[in-house]
Amino acid sequence: MAESVLEVKNLCAWYRGTGVFGNKTRTQALDDVSFSIAHGEVVGLVGESGCGKSTLAKVITGVIVDTGGEVAYDGGRPQMIFQDSYSSLNPVKTVGWIIEEPLRVEGVIAPAERRRLVLEILDRVGLGNEYAARKPRELSGGQRQRVSIAASLIRRPRLIIADEPVSSLDVTIQSQILDLLLELKHEFMLSYLFISHDINVVYQICDRVLVMKDGRIVEEGEVESIFNDPQHEYTKRLLNEP
Amino acid sequence: MQGKRNYNLILGAAITAVMLSLILSGLIRTPHDPNKINAGNSLSAPSAQYLLGTDNFGRDILSRVIIGAGSTLYVAAATVAIGALAGMLIGGLTGYFGGWVDELFMRAGDIILAFPSILLALVLISLIGPGRNNIIIALGIMFIPSFARVVRGEYVRCRELDYVHSARIIGTGNMRIMFVHILPNAAPVILRAIAIGFNNAVLAEASMSYLGLGVQPPDASLGRMLSESQSYLFSAPWYALSAGIAIVLLILGFSLLGEGIGARDNA
Repeated sequence: MAESVLEVKNLCAWYRGTGVFGNKTRTQALDDVSFSIAHGEVVGLVGESGCGKSTLAKVITGVIVDTGGEVAYDGGRPQMIFQDSYSSLNPVKTVGWIIEEPLRVEGVIAPAERRRLVLEILDRVGLGNEYAARKPRELSGGQRQRVSIAASLIRRPRLIIADEPVSSLDVTIQSQILDLLLELKHEFMLSYLFISHDINVVYQICDRVLVMKDGRIVEEGEVESIFNDPQHEYTKRLLNEP
Repeated sequence: MQGKRNYNLILGAAITAVMLSLILSGLIRTPHDPNKINAGNSLSAPSAQYLLGTDNFGRDILSRVIIGAGSTLYVAAATVAIGALAGMLIGGLTGYFGGWVDELFMRAGDIILAFPSILLALVLISLIGPGRNNIIIALGIMFIPSFARVVRGEYVRCRELDYVHSARIIGTGNMRIMFVHILPNAAPVILRAIAIGFNNAVLAEASMSYLGLGVQPPDASLGRMLSESQSYLFSAPWYALSAGIAIVLLILGFSLLGEGIGARDNA
């Protein structure tokens, strides 16, 4: 087994757009990003909005393809949990359908067994069987995020990328979801790339932190050392924000 | 929605149900033979025997309205089916993939929409000849761009939503994303477009038949009946009124139904 679950080397990514005069523009969103995530590690990715955090997530999961550099992962493709559970769950489908879809697309497991796995994982994220028949809009924000977690886990990936998974939730619900993520991490032997702008949340659950600014990683280190002894000016500023 | 009943939906469904059952019953039998000419009984007023009176050839107007409405409905439904299916396919593909193909189809659609649709249909008819099936083809093509545009808009809106990203991450194929993941989300908008398109198709069929290009005599169509009844507007007003009211009811039923569906989805 490889030592790390994710290796990113010299990653660059661009956004294409059209300028004011109809000219083609190409904005660099990621600039020479390199890092790795070890098995069982929770790595935080912090930075202001617009610094390239979400772009990095989309490049790693293959949503954005206009990139340079290397992304290598161990095990299946990394799965993703999005911030806005309202738009990340298809509104016309039932919870059961949404969680089953990754297996259906994979097409390896028989339908009856798939449904059994769906109910099993639903139960594991703290939702009863009766939730399988509900639509996302009938659930609360925390419940929807549990559904997202279940859908991302159903194929048993080794790495999950969580893009601000709790930032749209109440504080009490936040800690429930964070606890769930930590429990699941041990049970399913997961690693997380945890994207957040909330320094406190990162401090709670991460082992290591990457600090990103303008598409570059400007500082990297253990949680304790980053929080107690930040080196980069930008990191100091992030930590001092209310 | 709670407490406020959806009257549009109820009324629309009721009118449509009545019209449809009349039309369907006409397939089995009508009160009189719609094409049987009875010269001695022309332009008689509504009576117990001829509920809506007779026309200038002594034919029973009620029977002709039933058959004519069926014919109009058939043309409108077939027209909308062509327009909606082709429009869904074109709109879905261009909206989802974008790029130069999108530009090409949308500009082609703009060209078609820039002409008055009746005029363009007339040009097509002059090329392929009049008749019921040719009317369906001509009107069907006219209806494609407006459907394509509506469907495209929905796909452009949905393709950057997180649930579509999520589908890509799990390796879903483009066709499955388009038709299984996105299409049901576009359904309310498509249904409303079909209701509106259907009304336009009924009117367009009536206009084409009014101009003598659609259903050919002696067969009945609501548009043709309107055009024939013109000369007898004062001597036999029931003739024009019967055909006119039948068109109004057909359209009213479907547009109320469309609005009702829209209101239900927004609730």
